[in-house]
Amino acid sequence: MLISVLVISVLGVAFGFGLGWAALRFRVESDPVVERIDDLLPQTQCGQCGFPGCRPYAEAISREEADINQCPPGGDAGIRALADLLGREPKPLNPENGEEKSKTVVLIDESRCIGCTLCIQACPVDAIVGAAKLMHTVIASECTGCDLCLPPCPVDCIDIVAAETRPPRWQRPRPQIILDGA
Amino acid sequence: MTRSFGTSGAPHMPPPTSVAKVMLQVLLALVPGVLAHAWFFGPGILVQIILSTIFALLFEFLMLRVRGRPLKPFINDYSAVVTAVLFALCIPPLAPWWISCIAMLFAIGFAKHLYGGLGQNVFNPAMVAYVVVLISFPQAMTNWLPPTALAEYSMGLNDTLATIFTGQVPVVGGWDAVTQATPLDTLKSGVEAGRMVPEIRNSPLFGDFGGKGWEWIANWFALGGLFLLYRRVISWQVPVAVIGSVLLLSLPFWLADPDSNPFPLQHVFSGAIVLGAFFIATDPVSGCVSSRGRLIFGAGVGILTLVIRRWGGYPDGVAFAVLLMNMAAPLIDRYTRPRMYGE
Amino acid sequence: MSMSQQVELAKQAGERTHHFHGGLRLRHHKKISCGDPVRQPPLPELLAVPLLQHVGDIAEPLVSVGDAVLKGQQIGQCQPCAAVHSPVSGIVVAIQERPMSHPSGQPGPCVLIKPDGTEQWAELDRFNDWLDASPDSLMAHMQRCGLAGLGGAVFPTHAKVRDGHNRRTHTLILNGVECEPYISCDEMLMREQPDKIILGARILRRALGAERVIIAIEDQMGAVQKALTSCAEFANSENISVIEVPTIYPEGGERQLVQSLTGLEVPLGGRPSDLGMVCQNVATAAAVAEAVTKGKPLIDRYVTVTGNGVSHPRNFRALFGTPVSHLVEQCGGYTDDVARLVIGGPMMGYPLSSDDAPVVKASNCILALTHKDIADPQPEMPCIRCGECARVCPAMLLPQQLQLFIRNELWDPVQTHGLSACIECGCCDYVCPSHIPLVEWFRFGKGELRKRTLESEAAELARKRFENREARLSRLKQERAEKMARRKQLLKDKAMQQDRIRASIERAEKKGRTKLPTQNSGAPDDT
Repeated sequence: MLISVLVISVLGVAFGFGLGWAALRFRVESDPVVERIDDLLPQTQCGQCGFPGCRPYAEAISREEADINQCPPGGDAGIRALADLLGREPKPLNPENGEEKSKTVVLIDESRCIGCTLCIQACPVDAIVGAAKLMHTVIASECTGCDLCLPPCPVDCIDIVAAETRPPRWQRPRPQIILDGA
Repeated sequence: MTRSFGTSGAPHMPPPTSVAKVMLQVLLALVPGVLAHAWFFGPGILVQIILSTIFALLFEFLMLRVRGRPLKPFINDYSAVVTAVLFALCIPPLAPWWISCIAMLFAIGFAKHLYGGLGQNVFNPAMVAYVVVLISFPQAMTNWLPPTALAEYSMGLNDTLATIFTGQVPVVGGWDAVTQATPLDTLKSGVEAGRMVPEIRNSPLFGDFGGKGWEWIANWFALGGLFLLYRRVISWQVPVAVIGSVLLLSLPFWLADPDSNPFPLQHVFSGAIVLGAFFIATDPVSGCVSSRGRLIFGAGVGILTLVIRRWGGYPDGVAFAVLLMNMAAPLIDRYTRPRMYGE
Repeated sequence: MSMSQQVELAKQAGERTHHFHGGLRLRHHKKISCGDPVRQPPLPELLAVPLLQHVGDIAEPLVSVGDAVLKGQQIGQCQPCAAVHSPVSGIVVAIQERPMSHPSGQPGPCVLIKPDGTEQWAELDRFNDWLDASPDSLMAHMQRCGLAGLGGAVFPTHAKVRDGHNRRTHTLILNGVECEPYISCDEMLMREQPDKIILGARILRRALGAERVIIAIEDQMGAVQKALTSCAEFANSENISVIEVPTIYPEGGERQLVQSLTGLEVPLGGRPSDLGMVCQNVATAAAVAEAVTKGKPLIDRYVTVTGNGVSHPRNFRALFGTPVSHLVEQCGGYTDDVARLVIGGPMMGYPLSSDDAPVVKASNCILALTHKDIADPQPEMPCIRCGECARVCPAMLLPQQLQLFIRNELWDPVQTHGLSACIECGCCDYVCPSHIPLVEWFRFGKGELRKRTLESEAAELARKRFENREARLSRLKQERAEKMARRKQLLKDKAMQQDRIRASIERAEKKGRTKLPTQNSGAPDDT
């Protein structure tokens, strides 16, 4: 009885060492997934994740310095896609980083704009056209809705508006399942 | 002046079929075989079917309630009834009533609803139930009857009911007086004892192909299966693959050594091969989806059944074979995805 | 088989007919609307002509409220899509959002015209002899006349012909296979105006640069074949053959028709012009004939108004913009048990919530169904994996897997399993025992895929702009830093120079030399 216990224990320890050595000896360097993580991010460049842009956030995720649930514009779908890619558990969006909202763009009220160019310097994707002492305008199709231009504006002339009011003609609703009592 | 109308998506035609209609056709196809069974082995099978159906519907009702799902479309789709009938056809006609109860609990509760209900079960529920009771209650599951033509004492309806509900056979001599080994049992124990197959076949238990009575039941099941093929309820790949693989695999063995191997048609007409080929392995939910996949699935069932019959511990291996192939079905599907138009 | 080998094989199309995968045999219900000859209904009181009747962008209106318009005058312009014309002479009373019989059910801008009853035509521009015209001028004319595919897809005809012309088309296929039940407008057209169809075929063939024309019809249209063949002989035109194909739904689908005629499959993601063939509907061909020889723009079409929900089903030649209610009135009105109004056929048609909707270029049929014809909405059961859907799918897809992926939003497998190849024929939906609304799921899935493609394109653009901006900012910073460094260097050099000068002055002073000669001291030697 004692002999069997001893034998099994010794075997267990031996195999454990063997596996540990194999894990070190045959370790595979994982591919740089930064590109693939960056592809999944929405490229809003808003900084709500705590990083100055989507690429730095992607790099932080790949180095495991940041969690995958810090991106509000990507939302739940984005978190699940990241979880799928990296083999981690999806989790709800971290409320400290913001909350998921529908797509918005910004609109400059031209009657109040003073031409200070502070918003132009703030926009991460150069979506505002204008120059010093001249009218500033937001190119709506380029605006990602990051809202980084609102704080610098000294006269508070930038408003957030909803991006689309009517669903595009090619979009169809998700079928509803009809079940009695369901 | 304008007029408004209610809207709903295309197609704007009444649907030709429904789950309930599919299940009812399966039940219809089973009727000839069931009647043949009752003809040869007495009314026990009918009592078992009624018992299993009652328990199956009861557990279906309970599980739907527990899961918070609506009763209306699911109880009426007859899928539980099909499971019950197929299970009842696999057990001895005199099995005690609690066998059906436990079996339906496993079939409906575990194998069906715990996996997600209709359309989600990985394993064939009837086979799961059969295997569970077979392994747990081997004694009760091996008390088979001989055909009434050969029986020393023929059990009427009252005797049958009494046996099923009390567990005691109301005959002098008890169980030993009325039960007898099945043809497959006899064959297996005989071969292991070293006797020759042709000699074993001289026993009155054996008919032209399989066991007396059993082969006729298989015929009627085959007829029902052809009806299902005609109505496009099942596709031809699985039955052809099962029976074909049984024939093809047993042929060389019989040709090489006809004394210790039964001939191919005997294999086909014994046990549950025909029932399995047309009704059990064709269960759409737990089987494969693509045509090639179904051929592989059926072939696997046939081959594994023969392997278990020849070298395994059980006289008939259809249930185990089906469950093993259920496990492989998703993998087979993945690798047999059919080509798309223009690919 | 390589593509060129397939193209060669395609040239022998029609020698025998082949079968395509799947499909359904459906009851036709066509005879009820073929009893009477086609009629032109009286003018309605108001016509609402949508500015979007084709695949593409909404046309720009060329008229304003209060303008008088002539019949056939262009009222909408769209580059590079098909133009929109006024179907009547009258006054434009409004340009507003109205139901426009679009699959999405959304309203769109329509030009409301009140006819004045005179039916005065605008000046029409036609070819005196189209045999002399160049293919380019023919195609330009097709665009000006607003021609679009009248089989239901309303793809601008000139664009399709241009694509076929550029890719060496050898065969023009005229699609007279009206495979959906109830619809009979193409059949009536082929019976009543076969000469126009043959003429249109010849014009299209010239524009495409093709050699052959095949007119495909169903094998239960005996009278039609005779009519078309005799017209082809009368026109003394070579290489026009009328071929019957088996009547299986959806034989009229472009890809299925090509497979039936040639036995070849259009490559996945490709078009029939990859095999050197172009398909056009017979009604489109007739419209081409009228446009080229008479200069008439596309302002009307044959429409079948049928079903058990109207008293007297028949075919009309209806002007675009005619309200559906007007046509139903001409059919004797609704029956008592009418339950649903569909624009299109029973398999692929879209339901109309009101009969206020106008007839547009895509409207081949108005179907009024009774309660008996449609079923009550059935509960959707879980998929039982029976495989019937895959058995009947003409595109050889796996609808079962597709709906599972779409339901669970797994978009990569949706794409690899070929959702974009689905033709939305409805065969899978019809046979499903669990009554899963497969076509609705697939339409939803296609919309979601498109949305995701657009979103990823937008994200890519935003990323590029961000990276450019970062690059520009860092470049500016670097330039500034370099400039600063140079200036510092310059200052340092100047300072060094000053130091050097001061040092040499000090050295000179130390050595006893007096100050440097100034203005007052004279030269030692004065002469």
